[in-house]
Amino acid sequence: MKKELIELRVNGLTHELAIEPSALLLDVLRRDLDLTGSKRGCDDSSCGACTVLVDGTPMLACTLLAFSCEGQEITTVEGISEHGSLAAIQKAYGDWGGAQCGYCTPGFMITVKHLLTVNPDPTEEEIRSALSGNLCRCTGYTQMYAAIKAAIEAEKKGMATLK
Amino acid sequence: MTNDYSIIGKSIAMIDAAGKTTGSGKYTDDLSLPGMLYGKILHSPHPHARIKSIDTSRAERLDGVVAVITGKDAPNPFGILPVGHDEHALALEKVRYVGDNVACVAAVSEAIAEKALEMIAVDYELLPAYFDPEESMKTETNLIHDNKPNNLEKDYHHVFGDPEKAFAEADYIAEGRFLANEVSHAAMEPHCTLASFELDPHTGTLGRLTVWSSTQVPYYLQHKLALVLEMPMSQIRVIKPLVGGGFGGKSEVIPIEIIAGIAARAAQKPVKITYTREEVFWAHRGRPRTIVDLKTAVKNDGIITAVKARVVQDGGAYCSYGVVTILYSGALLGALYDIPNIQYDGYRVLTNKPACGAMRGHGTVNVRFAFESQLDEIAAKLKMDPAEIRRRNLLKPPCITINGLRVQSYGLPECIDQIVTRSRWNERKGKLPRGRGLGIACSHYVSGAANSIIRSDMPHSTVNIKIDRDGGVVIYTGASDIGQGSDTMVAQVAAETLGCTLSRVKVVAADTDLTPIDIGSYSSRVTFMNGNATLRAAQEVKKQIAAAAAKKMNCVPEEILFRNDRLTCGDGSLTRPSLTRPGGAEIRSESATVSGRVEGQILRGSLQQKRKEEGPKDSMTFEEAVVAAIDFHGALSGTGSYAPPPEARGGKHKGAGVGPSPAYSYSAQVAEVSVDEDTGQVTVHKVWAAHDCGRALNPVSVEGQVIGSVWMGMGQALTEEMIWKDGLLMNPGLLEYRSPSSVESPEVEAIIVESIDPEGPFGAKEASEGSLAATIPAIANAIYDAVGIRLRESPFTPERVLAALRAKRSAKPLNLTEGVDPTAPTKFREHGGELCFKGKGPKRHEFDPARQPAHPGGAD
Repeated sequence: MKKELIELRVNGLTHELAIEPSALLLDVLRRDLDLTGSKRGCDDSSCGACTVLVDGTPMLACTLLAFSCEGQEITTVEGISEHGSLAAIQKAYGDWGGAQCGYCTPGFMITVKHLLTVNPDPTEEEIRSALSGNLCRCTGYTQMYAAIKAAIEAEKKGMATLK
Repeated sequence: MTNDYSIIGKSIAMIDAAGKTTGSGKYTDDLSLPGMLYGKILHSPHPHARIKSIDTSRAERLDGVVAVITGKDAPNPFGILPVGHDEHALALEKVRYVGDNVACVAAVSEAIAEKALEMIAVDYELLPAYFDPEESMKTETNLIHDNKPNNLEKDYHHVFGDPEKAFAEADYIAEGRFLANEVSHAAMEPHCTLASFELDPHTGTLGRLTVWSSTQVPYYLQHKLALVLEMPMSQIRVIKPLVGGGFGGKSEVIPIEIIAGIAARAAQKPVKITYTREEVFWAHRGRPRTIVDLKTAVKNDGIITAVKARVVQDGGAYCSYGVVTILYSGALLGALYDIPNIQYDGYRVLTNKPACGAMRGHGTVNVRFAFESQLDEIAAKLKMDPAEIRRRNLLKPPCITINGLRVQSYGLPECIDQIVTRSRWNERKGKLPRGRGLGIACSHYVSGAANSIIRSDMPHSTVNIKIDRDGGVVIYTGASDIGQGSDTMVAQVAAETLGCTLSRVKVVAADTDLTPIDIGSYSSRVTFMNGNATLRAAQEVKKQIAAAAAKKMNCVPEEILFRNDRLTCGDGSLTRPSLTRPGGAEIRSESATVSGRVEGQILRGSLQQKRKEEGPKDSMTFEEAVVAAIDFHGALSGTGSYAPPPEARGGKHKGAGVGPSPAYSYSAQVAEVSVDEDTGQVTVHKVWAAHDCGRALNPVSVEGQVIGSVWMGMGQALTEEMIWKDGLLMNPGLLEYRSPSSVESPEVEAIIVESIDPEGPFGAKEASEGSLAATIPAIANAIYDAVGIRLRESPFTPERVLAALRAKRSAKPLNLTEGVDPTAPTKFREHGGELCFKGKGPKRHEFDPARQPAHPGGAD
């Protein structure tokens, strides 16, 4: 398939790329832009490891055509650190065991960030429901809840550090 | 001494946590090399067939295809076990399961490689295939492997003590058939391998091979690559990048890893192959479907006098770890309870399905489900509390079990006490409303197999430590971190031993060129074995530092206390107060100000100046001591090795090599469930899991491992199952396989029990596998408590629960192995699916098609 030019805006930078019209956003991010943080865990949007924000909405990059994202603001896990250091949720996931093998973690980072943006003080039920589109095979999710609660606390206190 | 540690015993973030949460950590599929090609594998569409011919010529001519390889390109057989070299990277004469590897294309893009696969013409001669182990065992012709009569991979028949006599003298004998269906690891990272040859600098021909792979066993991979590619091991370098979960699925060398090497050799370019999720399910190596016929003899006081188990495992088409799996199933009947007489008959059977291998709780899980369920039945029969019957059958360590397993530390009694208290078992058991129940079960696992796969006297782990003048501690370890946190464990053990901060420690891991041999991350061996090797290496370095520091401080080396980045002589009055350590980042910033300087900036001159000014002193900083030691010894490095002691290596009978371990972890669990009797839906509300891990080096990690094990066990108990139809997997996707999501996952309360093992590093044992097996029977027993049905086939899906409820009402026995529910109604309403009601039936909506009179011809 012949390549065509596209402008993609990712993590605040605009990239001009020549890609096949059938190219999936995940492949473009990982191969053309070397943003390998978003992972491929399945091929059919069942695992959530490739979750990115498209204009602020969590989307699965493995089943999204890159061309359909032209003109939209894409945020990957590489774009969620704050002021050059870990965002509260990133630090909390590390401290509370929310990440073990870490392969699903980028997807969770995006999902949780979106959750806390739209609902800064979610109930446990709301957290569970929000995370249900992302699969993790290591943690059993329990320590993620602790991490998310700690991140919320940290955000409330306006602190960069936890505990 | 418990509180006398500054690094271990405190929860810290894994040292590679930030790489995972920022997405900067690299897994194999994140890597690429200049000129790299993509490989795609052609899989067999038939479960059992002879390959008459393969024509790759059309595929080779496709533009963008660089190489097409078949079995003939590397015909040497291999397998993870020396007794099981029955696999080829690509099929030679036969394919043995749907998904077997036939050919591989290396091309400039995945799309072209996939297109080329369609152009490969393979002529197959179909052969009869076997899908049921008990049928497969009866066959004499068209064997799956010609050298395995009756398709029997291996059978073992063990008798310990005098089971016949014990059964004859028993007060009560429970007997039953249990069935656990096949499950798979489904690690989030699909398998991936990148292989690249360097040109030989002298001849310009292909020279050394470097392989990056998602593996738990870099050393074994190096070994098998050498075997198949006919290269010396020294010419092969295996590097393990971050691994996105293993659970045993990456604990052996699977064909993709070899195929990438063969393809890179044929294409003379780097080749990366990444499995799709569907291919991961075909690669499999998961827990086999297991039929357990179990018989237990007890006295009226609940004391177990004998156990007899016949276990049949549906092993799939290749040996894989099968011989070990079937041995674990028998061996670990021992070492949990005191069982004086054991008879075990194990059959590992070949079938035309993907090979089963090692999966978390290797070999022990399905038998434990049967045993703990049966023990619950016995308790009910004897009108005894299920917790009490377990307490009555405890081992009395230190001891050696009837089947030759040495047990030392044994935290099981405390585990049971803990969960009974926390779950308020005594107050609530049997008193919950109908449909809700509590169940208890126990399990255990090895902390590393005492005998390695390749029998030899080689140490199981070796670790090197190097410290340079900058005060940085570099650990070279072969331990393969697959997400369980072994790199962090190694750093903690070294930092604790050397009394330095964690931020000084850098871990170089799992690179066969750089790191000494460690046999891999399997059998829960890493903390125990690599931890011990690290401890010994650190102690060796510490001794050297102490010798030099003693001269500077005018004291005896043995009296020097290493702590908080400082060496102190004598009573330790100058030791700085113990600092509380929050998360990893704080430790890093704290260390930057050690001794008032930026770390790594002390030069020899200024240090000598400082010494002149101060003369002999009572304490030194770690950096000063390191510099003194390097001045004194010339270099500062140490090596430590670990091999399990001979007395922990088991008995002498055939198959005695599997099961023995230097230490065993113990787990006891209570599950609280509710059962909807109308839908058959089982909901797990909470699991209390107490795990004896010897000592928790990093409590947050131990809890994470215990919770993860319990959760994975719950998946096997309730939803996860590989569903087969004529050798074809019906659910090769994460949603269809039904790995539980956050909404289906209960709260798990992990309770750490520390029994302080005499041989573990700082007393530590395994934490990652032992808890899985108890969860399945705990849930089964809770279902019995809730609604009075005994489920003997896992997973406990709504269909099976409803079948058991119906069987209970009609007192009709359930035959588990037929795959058909004998209690299900045989008549159905015409509109399909809905049960046939003899009476009027429930009131239906007026538009329900069942209410409409049938109109042949569809005149409606």
